Amino acid sequence: MTAYLIRRIWQALPILIGVNVLTFMLFFVLNSPDDMARMQLGDKRVTQTAIDNWKAEHGYHLPLLYNASASGIETVTDTIFFQKSAKLFVFDFGLSDSGRDIGYDISQRLWPSFAIAAPSLVIGLMVNISLALLIVLFRATVIDLMSVAVLVVLLSISGLFYIIAGQFVMGKLLHLVPISGYDTGLNAIKFLVLPILIGVVAGIGSGVRLYRTFFLEEIERDYVRTARAKGVHEWVVLFRHVFRNALIPILTGVVAILPLLFMGALLTESFFGIPGLGSYTLDAINRQDFAIVRSMVFLGAVLYIVGLILTDISYTIADPRIRLANS
Amino acid sequence: MHAPRSLPAALSFTVLLLVLSGCELNTAWNNPYPPEHAQSNRIDSAFSEQPAHLDPARSYSADEYAFIAQIYEPPLQYHFLHRPYQLEPLTADSLPVPRYFNAKGESLSAAAPTDQIASSEYVIRIRPGIQYQPHPAFAQDATGNYRYHHLTPAQLTDIKTLTDFPATGTRELTAEDYVYQIKRLATPWRHSPIAGLLTERIVDFADLTAHITAAAPPAIDGNRPFFDLRSLPFRGAEVIDRYSYRIRINGRYPQFLFWLAMPFFAPMPWEAEAFYDQPGMANKNLTLDWYPIGTGPFFLSENNPNLRMVLTRNPHYHAEHYPTSGSDEDRAAGLLTDAGQRLPFIDQAVYSLEKETIPYWTKFLQGYYDSSGVSSDAFDRAIQFDNDGSAALSPELTQQGIQLTTAVNTSIWYLGFNWRDPVVGGTSERARLLRQALAIAIDFEEYIAIFANGRGMIAHSPIPPSIFGYRAGEAGVNTAVYTWEQGHARRRSLIEAQQLLTQAGYANGQDPTTHKALTLYYEAMDSGPDSKAQLNWMRKQFAKLGIELVIRATDYNRFQEKMRDGSAQIFMWGWNADYPDPENFFFLLYGPNRKQTGGENAANYHNPEFDRLFEQMKDMDDSPARQAMIDQMIAILRHDAPWAFGFFPQSYSLNHAWLHNVKPNLMANNTLKYRRVDPIQRDQLRTRWNQPILWPLGVFAILLGGLLLPVIFIIRHRERRSAYQ
Amino acid sequence: MTLVILTTDALLFLLVIGIISFGIYAARREHLRAPWRHVVRSSIAVAALIICSSYLIIGLLDSIHLRTSPTATQVVSVFDLWCDSLRTRDEKTYSAPFATHALAKETVMQADGTVMRVYPRLQYGGAHLIDPVHDRNSDILRTALLGMIQGLFAWTLVVLAVIQLFAWHSRQPFNTALTAVWRGDTDIPWRTAFITCAALFIVGFISAELSQHYHILGTDKVGGDVFYQSLKGIRTGLVIGTLTTLVMLPAAIVLGIMAGYFRGWVDDVIQYLYTTLSSIPGVLLIAAAILMLQTYMTNHAEDFNSLVERADLRLLFLCLILGITSWTGLCRLLRGETLKLRQADYVQAALSLGVRHSTILSRHILPNVLPLVMITLVLDFSGLVLAEAVLSYVNIGVDPTMHSWGNMINSARLELAREPIVWWSLTAAFLFMFILVLAANLFADVVRDAFDPRMSNRR
Repeated sequence: MTAYLIRRIWQALPILIGVNVLTFMLFFVLNSPDDMARMQLGDKRVTQTAIDNWKAEHGYHLPLLYNASASGIETVTDTIFFQKSAKLFVFDFGLSDSGRDIGYDISQRLWPSFAIAAPSLVIGLMVNISLALLIVLFRATVIDLMSVAVLVVLLSISGLFYIIAGQFVMGKLLHLVPISGYDTGLNAIKFLVLPILIGVVAGIGSGVRLYRTFFLEEIERDYVRTARAKGVHEWVVLFRHVFRNALIPILTGVVAILPLLFMGALLTESFFGIPGLGSYTLDAINRQDFAIVRSMVFLGAVLYIVGLILTDISYTIADPRIRLANS
Repeated sequence: MHAPRSLPAALSFTVLLLVLSGCELNTAWNNPYPPEHAQSNRIDSAFSEQPAHLDPARSYSADEYAFIAQIYEPPLQYHFLHRPYQLEPLTADSLPVPRYFNAKGESLSAAAPTDQIASSEYVIRIRPGIQYQPHPAFAQDATGNYRYHHLTPAQLTDIKTLTDFPATGTRELTAEDYVYQIKRLATPWRHSPIAGLLTERIVDFADLTAHITAAAPPAIDGNRPFFDLRSLPFRGAEVIDRYSYRIRINGRYPQFLFWLAMPFFAPMPWEAEAFYDQPGMANKNLTLDWYPIGTGPFFLSENNPNLRMVLTRNPHYHAEHYPTSGSDEDRAAGLLTDAGQRLPFIDQAVYSLEKETIPYWTKFLQGYYDSSGVSSDAFDRAIQFDNDGSAALSPELTQQGIQLTTAVNTSIWYLGFNWRDPVVGGTSERARLLRQALAIAIDFEEYIAIFANGRGMIAHSPIPPSIFGYRAGEAGVNTAVYTWEQGHARRRSLIEAQQLLTQAGYANGQDPTTHKALTLYYEAMDSGPDSKAQLNWMRKQFAKLGIELVIRATDYNRFQEKMRDGSAQIFMWGWNADYPDPENFFFLLYGPNRKQTGGENAANYHNPEFDRLFEQMKDMDDSPARQAMIDQMIAILRHDAPWAFGFFPQSYSLNHAWLHNVKPNLMANNTLKYRRVDPIQRDQLRTRWNQPILWPLGVFAILLGGLLLPVIFIIRHRERRSAYQ
Repeated sequence: MTLVILTTDALLFLLVIGIISFGIYAARREHLRAPWRHVVRSSIAVAALIICSSYLIIGLLDSIHLRTSPTATQVVSVFDLWCDSLRTRDEKTYSAPFATHALAKETVMQADGTVMRVYPRLQYGGAHLIDPVHDRNSDILRTALLGMIQGLFAWTLVVLAVIQLFAWHSRQPFNTALTAVWRGDTDIPWRTAFITCAALFIVGFISAELSQHYHILGTDKVGGDVFYQSLKGIRTGLVIGTLTTLVMLPAAIVLGIMAGYFRGWVDDVIQYLYTTLSSIPGVLLIAAAILMLQTYMTNHAEDFNSLVERADLRLLFLCLILGITSWTGLCRLLRGETLKLRQADYVQAALSLGVRHSTILSRHILPNVLPLVMITLVLDFSGLVLAEAVLSYVNIGVDPTMHSWGNMINSARLELAREPIVWWSLTAAFLFMFILVLAANLFADVVRDAFDPRMSNRR
């Protein structure tokens, strides 16, 4: 197990380097360090000296990828790319272009994102599984057919609609929840109700439909038929056999996205003014703060890889026949 | 088996909801603030952009001034009520009067001609006894040593915010703090946006910068260790005694007094730099950029730009009183009820992060923000026009006790033509006529009506009202674009524009060389929700003359770059005045101030006669002679038409009945100290306006129950059947 | 009048030609034809297909671009010319659906110089009415009735023609064919098809009639007709939904098959490539790419003659970058499938006989992974249409001057806070998008069931 983990982490390195190179190229194709300096220094009365100062202060005075004026190893290390990327690998994100410590901001904004994403996931799972079970109970009846039709309809509604309509009805018309904002501690609950509700409702269409097929797949297996033929009660069959076994693909699917919960929901957070990582990323894109975007891309890639590893591990736990070495 | 059991639960829940919805609740569910703050004496406000810099040497935007102007106190301020804008002392004991010297250092009279004046000298005397806010940088131990000026990494490990330092201290404000700040402006790594300007204005400023660069220790990991500026000699700003200091300016520069009312010239104690510049502080965001330290009526007690900023009353604030003089209108508006009272009135101001306009507006209507602007989308609900065209609040909002205040901003939006462009720019008659024709065709009245709901005033010159040099009525009409008829300025007709176009050689908008429609390029910034409509509108304006307008929409960054390299052809841009002086508007068209040479003249306009007049006008005191000169300059601009003068935006702001002492002051940013709130009234109204409406939830629950019932019935039925089988 | 071929137009028509030729190719191969036969026998699929086709026809008409005169710099599509009246009849600003007066009051100067705030009459909406308050409803009813009659008439003609063809084809008398269709006794569910057509014809003709005199879905902030904008949004949605998959197909197929077939270091490199790409959060990648394109366009402004071309390039680029973020999934699927196929007996046999790799790939592997590709194409469509709206909301979607549902939603989200509330742009965009996505989802379901034998007994 340990050896496996070490090997997977070792394999992740080239991927992370690749990610870094790619984002770096993309951002410097579109923005010269001069642009970034001007963006940060504001637009009134900025002189070239001030720009050069800023660049030197933030380490953007070096060449991008290759330093021709240096010698030896420094041709590669004494560049913006190396200076800015190397520290990422020890999770030292450095200062944003506007001068705040990125690591500090991420650690602050992680929790609001998580506070929305985790309950949405858990409640969503519970709702989706119960609904799917209910539908499976009525398989091959009109109810099943109609439910599937409703699910497809739900699935075809744009997520934006759920957000806009939810905010309008619950916040503006009915005065049930604050229309936007966030607070720390227990005071956060009233701000979280609506985003979580919307998250759950928006996920019903696709979630229930997927879980329904999992359950149906399980229900047609021989052992289930045998159990039923032996006269085991329908509820028992459903819960003891079908539910338990179908839970494996459901949970392994969930494990893959667990780490990404921290990345935050872009739309929900910006609509509800929740200071999570999603809105952090969106703001950084709009302000073209390269340091933040690069850090978030890196973080996203790391979490994605963690998700992959977790999935592999959960497969072996769920089904001991699969050995880790094969994956 | 859980489904049947949940049905009674659902039903009883429904009943509960229905019962609840019948009676009045005394809490509002949608209150975004914690219940314990319900009746506290504070202001609830919002900010939409994270402030990037709170260091007064660095900050130069209205968003940031909203905070730091309450914290830092420059020597002068604008009078809260008087119009036109008038400077008055804040920490100074009187307005400084400049003394002039010639090149030999001999004193000159104030009437001396400008070209003889080599330097001017301002001596500022501050009032004794002013204390700083409580701050750990001042904390001393029993022996008088600073407790937190030599922190070890171990001491820093548990520190996350400024409040984690247990001890605080204070000290008296001295003249040295003001001089220290001016020296900070010259410090290259502080990136002061006005350093370039001050290099020209303040004596020896460039030398000081060079001196600092040479003497300062190098940066470690991007952070400079503390470098004490006190000992550096500087002729530009000198301490005379504990309470007075002297600033020396090159030549004559009457506008300098306005600068003394801006946070750039606020005091900065050396202890602050000694404290913040310690290693390890910047990595915790403990910098002057984030934690200000001032003598003002408030200090920043909570600094979380991701969520909220809180200003709390400074316990050491010096005696300052509400103004006792004002106009009769001010008295009628109740703005003098508090005359002579000690400032500030409120204990706290809470600014919540609110990025989107819809939630902001909705929360304002729900009473959770004390004041609000009026976005164009909510306009028709809020504002109604009388038959004479004057704005008033809608009955609905009047009933809520909301009040409206309006003011014409000291800013201008204009359509600029790049003077260096071969088609629309330059002194040729062809280009001039084309510009004139366009200036007529682009119907800014319609623009204001559609995109600003009429909140704008057509500009006939670059000078907005409330600035010296503005002329109202017939005398102020731009006759190149308007005619004066029956007491109204009337835009010249499209036919006249078409005639001008024909004279310019573009009959029906056709380019004589290609025989196609003349194609012009419009540089547009940003691409927000509204911009598509605006761009379409702009295209229509040009199409009226048969001209095809190609729009190049880019982000603001790129837009600025195009302005700098002068590759744009036509563009629309705005300017917000730094200080209430015509110089601050005309310099946007001053030739040597071209954008390409680093100035603000985005149109790259250049006219020797205009430049000559500008150089004379800028150093004059307000007088009929100055007015005559301004009239002459405006006449040149109207003839040359480097801009189609757009409009002066008007700001409408609304405030609830419980907020008092609101008068728009576009120059002063430190007006929070004048505000007064009635928290009891606010709490009552908020609760009354925000009763949760629960019956739809009940209806929904009943519907759900109605849907579940047959399902349960079927399940039961099936079970029974399978049991029989 | 000269034809202007934009890149996306060309690609869209290429796709249509591709689909037709694939149809001809598949018709001769039983393993490809059988599932499709299954699809067209499902009444849901047929109804969905008809709705999708009606969208497609509008989208294709909107993809033939013309320059009306040699001097004009403006480019219009055949669709624009077809509903020229909708395009050009702009009001000043907002008006509600079927309104005759503007939504907001306006300052009007009377003849005597006094100023009044009134709701002005619209320039076009209901302009033919003399007394709009009184006559409007009956006029709408009358016009709608007229449209319905026209629609039914046209529908009857089409139905009779199709039944005649059907009778001809199956060598039955016309009456027998008619009865079979009426009873629903046909292999292909013609009855469902005709009912769907009837609904489409009636709605289409009614809205066509009404939109001559009214803005049936209101107007937007600058007075543009919302109905027209919603129709124009169809092309954008279709282009994003189809071209994205199209542009990513070559890379996904080639790389996926290569990785699965050659294994070894080729597999390692390709796996590395797609893991790296898929580990970057998609939105960030798209944002970066779109910003980059904007820079390019600003620096090379002279290469773009018209706004349409600029917008078109951005649309294509968006498809491309969406493709890059989404090809990894298909690539992984194809790799797995190829790994499995490579172990199949006939491939092993061919290998041992020394058949060239290229022959094995084109003869044995490619045809067998095609169903997988097809399912992906259909399944991805609706997701991409929805994604466009979200991206436009964060300002990294299609060009702001382009008509798209995402742009409509983006500009309309501020309208909900207006008083009186402006709900029609938002509703129209959501409705048009919803119908297309719903039809596509239903169709995709049937296609997936047809191609995936494991799933075939589900329904």
